[in-house]
Amino acid sequence: MNQAIRSAWVVAIGMFALILGSLTYVQFFQAQALNDNDWNSRQLYQDFGRQRGAILVDGRAIAESVPSDDAFNFQRVYNEPELYAHLTGYYSLSLGSTQLEDKESSILSGTSSSLFYDRVVSLFSGVEAQGASVELTIDPEIQQLASDLIPDGQRGSIVVTEPSTGNILAMVSKPTYDPNLLSGHDTAIIEENVAGLLEQPGLSIYTNPATQSLVAPGSVFKLIDAAAALESGKYDAESEIPNPPALEFPGIEYTLPNFVTGGCASRTTADLKFALEQSCNTPFAQIALDLGEETIQEQAAKFGFGEELTIPTQVIASSFPSDLTDPELAQSAVGQFDTRVTPLQMAMVASAIANNGQLMKPQLVKSIRAADLELIESPQPEVLRQSVSRETADQLTDWMVNVVDNGTATGAQVPGVEVAGKTGTAEVSATGDNAWFTGFAPADDPQVAISIVMENVDIPTGQQLTSPSAKRLIEAVLNR
Amino acid sequence: MSDVLTAPRSRRNIELVLLVLALAVAVGANYLAGIGREEPFSDYFWSMTLTLGLMSLFIHVILRFRAKYADPVILPLVVALNGIGLAMIHRLDLSAASDITPVAPQQVLWTAVAIGAAAVLLILFRDHRILRRFTYISLIVSAVLLLLPLTPLGLEINGARIWISVGVGTFQPGEIAKITLAIFFAGYLSTNRDLILLAGKKIGPLQFPRFRDLAPMAAAWLVSIGVLIFQRDLGSSILFFGLFMVMIYVATSRVSWVLIGLAMIGVGVFVALELFSHVALRFDSWINAFSPDVYDRAPGGSRQVVQGLFGLANGGLIGTGLGEGRPDLVTYANSDMIIAALGEELGLIGVVAIVMMYVILVSRGIRAALGTKDGFGKLLACGLSFTIALQCFVVIGGITRLIPLTGLTTPFMSAGGSSLLANWLIVALLLLISETARRPAPTEPMKDSFPEALGVNGKPVKKRPEKEATR
Repeated sequence: MNQAIRSAWVVAIGMFALILGSLTYVQFFQAQALNDNDWNSRQLYQDFGRQRGAILVDGRAIAESVPSDDAFNFQRVYNEPELYAHLTGYYSLSLGSTQLEDKESSILSGTSSSLFYDRVVSLFSGVEAQGASVELTIDPEIQQLASDLIPDGQRGSIVVTEPSTGNILAMVSKPTYDPNLLSGHDTAIIEENVAGLLEQPGLSIYTNPATQSLVAPGSVFKLIDAAAALESGKYDAESEIPNPPALEFPGIEYTLPNFVTGGCASRTTADLKFALEQSCNTPFAQIALDLGEETIQEQAAKFGFGEELTIPTQVIASSFPSDLTDPELAQSAVGQFDTRVTPLQMAMVASAIANNGQLMKPQLVKSIRAADLELIESPQPEVLRQSVSRETADQLTDWMVNVVDNGTATGAQVPGVEVAGKTGTAEVSATGDNAWFTGFAPADDPQVAISIVMENVDIPTGQQLTSPSAKRLIEAVLNR
Repeated sequence: MSDVLTAPRSRRNIELVLLVLALAVAVGANYLAGIGREEPFSDYFWSMTLTLGLMSLFIHVILRFRAKYADPVILPLVVALNGIGLAMIHRLDLSAASDITPVAPQQVLWTAVAIGAAAVLLILFRDHRILRRFTYISLIVSAVLLLLPLTPLGLEINGARIWISVGVGTFQPGEIAKITLAIFFAGYLSTNRDLILLAGKKIGPLQFPRFRDLAPMAAAWLVSIGVLIFQRDLGSSILFFGLFMVMIYVATSRVSWVLIGLAMIGVGVFVALELFSHVALRFDSWINAFSPDVYDRAPGGSRQVVQGLFGLANGGLIGTGLGEGRPDLVTYANSDMIIAALGEELGLIGVVAIVMMYVILVSRGIRAALGTKDGFGKLLACGLSFTIALQCFVVIGGITRLIPLTGLTTPFMSAGGSSLLANWLIVALLLLISETARRPAPTEPMKDSFPEALGVNGKPVKKRPEKEATR
């Protein structure tokens, strides 16, 4: 009998060998494929089951995870959802996550390598690992004011920065949405909500328009032309440039006109001061034709064109076109044709001029703190590059002050404060234009740079929604 | 037939040391399972520690008095497995919704009952050979136990009618039937093996048995199929049939029986696939587990096994750590799928360690079968040990998609009182049999003798109480 018992044992060992083999196959050789399987929601569940850190503005959570009674343990909640939607993005089971929820995910979920030490501590202390919090540079009052300055139903963005640090004080876009609608745990409800949101005209739930939508800049681009002109050495404050009512090009019928009802018609030649003040097209078109496409492009690049940024959310690259014919170059130089900028890019131009020509990297994150409030990281101001020389910056500032004092941006005047600014109108469609304001204040000690764009408006409405809004924002920042 | 030498030493102190280690593993695992979610030193932690600690020490003390020479490795292995099971069940409780009654405290209670029952068995039966007297009573008891779920007492849960309601809760009589059937088979085969071996025609190289001697095998086959048909329990029917196959093979040493058995399994599988939709569905969800319409099919979809595979994959080599994975995403994570849960949180390394504990446990049981001298004991120990191996194979093979998934418990670990009780009773039987295997033959004081020499020539000084079928 013993021989048979030994055989039975061999069979039993054989069975164990088979299951050890199949366990090894599943857990080692097949593991990666199984983890990557589309049905495998485990990673998602794991992330959603974690107490994710908060996103804070001035110490208050605008996004936080609160305990929930379902399989996920925690529910992401957005306080003041519509005000901050484009910054926080959403943290959604079925849509994935966007903006800060996406870019700071490893910090918020606590899986970042910078949080390794905290994870080790929690491993031994037995306290559930918590994600770190991300505190923003946003000033809640400025943010609220900026939001109020864009009427409901109007598509537009406002970016307010601090020129010396690059810190973003406000960044709003409308129309906006409620990320809570997308962050529940019921995929059917999320789908329904998405369908509803996608029906709203002009609303973007996947991107932040202030950093990810490209808009024709119109005349605010003339700041770059003026900078290129001064930096080239071929132009200075005394230079007189022909100022015809319209620019003609040999061989084609197209003409580039000055704004008919503006002050430009009063002079046949213009210096740069006057050309900026009245926002005349023809002098700048001629400067661009004289300097050439590459010079304009290089100056634009020094202000940040052609460069993607992570702040830490994505900022797409603004662009000045290339391989242009003369009429195309003339149009591009006045911010039309294929010249496209993000609202943030124009705030960067204003900031660089305000900051003696030095362009600071825009920052949205002030600090990162562990669950026990210990400071883990606080991004330091970072110089991107010298966009223009100090002298050029000073000259441009003088001219921009003149634009607010005597020119097209008088609506931005603040009593007792020297405001520097430039307006713009980009003709983009038959139904309306893009109205712009870009500027900073106080001119001698800049505290704030502003970029405002209102899309698809008529000219009077555009004027009402740009310069006067800049005034109110400047006052608000200076009275903080 | 060769005898097996075992030095007749008590080894109880070694058992005590191993037991302390096993308890450290169990208590440590329960501590780890608790810390992520609550105060680690919860009421549950203390009740588990005290119950498992005191009850296993109690068994140890009983062994010191009643079965001094029992195998010292079996008890610590089982305590460790039981403790790890308790930890995982507790951990799964903690991630379950708050309105669901926790399972772990109940499992602690069942652990106490099961170890208590094992202790009673050890106290009542000094010698496993007494059980041979109950050969036919065991048959009747088995029949009653298997039929119970079909009476009005029975309950159908998740499509399988294998439970009965016993006032406070539910019970799976089939788990106990596993033991009584093993006792019946061991008794019947050890008595009748000569007849089975010698009577009958020889066809070619194979000696075939007479039909009347084939009857128990046919009966076992019918019982398996009956369990499958009437109780819709694929796992148990595989287990019953495997148990009988290995015992008749060991009794006769004839490969012909294995061949007949395999042929019968073939017929059974074919019939089951043709006749029973639930078997066909399981088979389909095994082969086509990753096909979308199979995945979401209800009933008989592959979601459970696929989610289990995701869990194992998530664990990978070293696991997520206790409390750090999401084993709760797998249905029946604390019973049928507990190996998937352990694989996720302890990793391949942890689950291999657990499988190796089963390997050692089964091997020690087989060792007891080899060592004991009576045929009844050999058959019983071998059958019971093999059942544990087969059960592990069916469960883990099902979870890893080596074979189709069948609802079976993992011995000592899965939530469920009947399984725990039955397996602890099996442990008590194995301990008893190992005791007779290792006990020195009672002798007159001998001059100039090595204890090892006693077994070699195999001449017991005293007459055995039972007639030996083995020699």
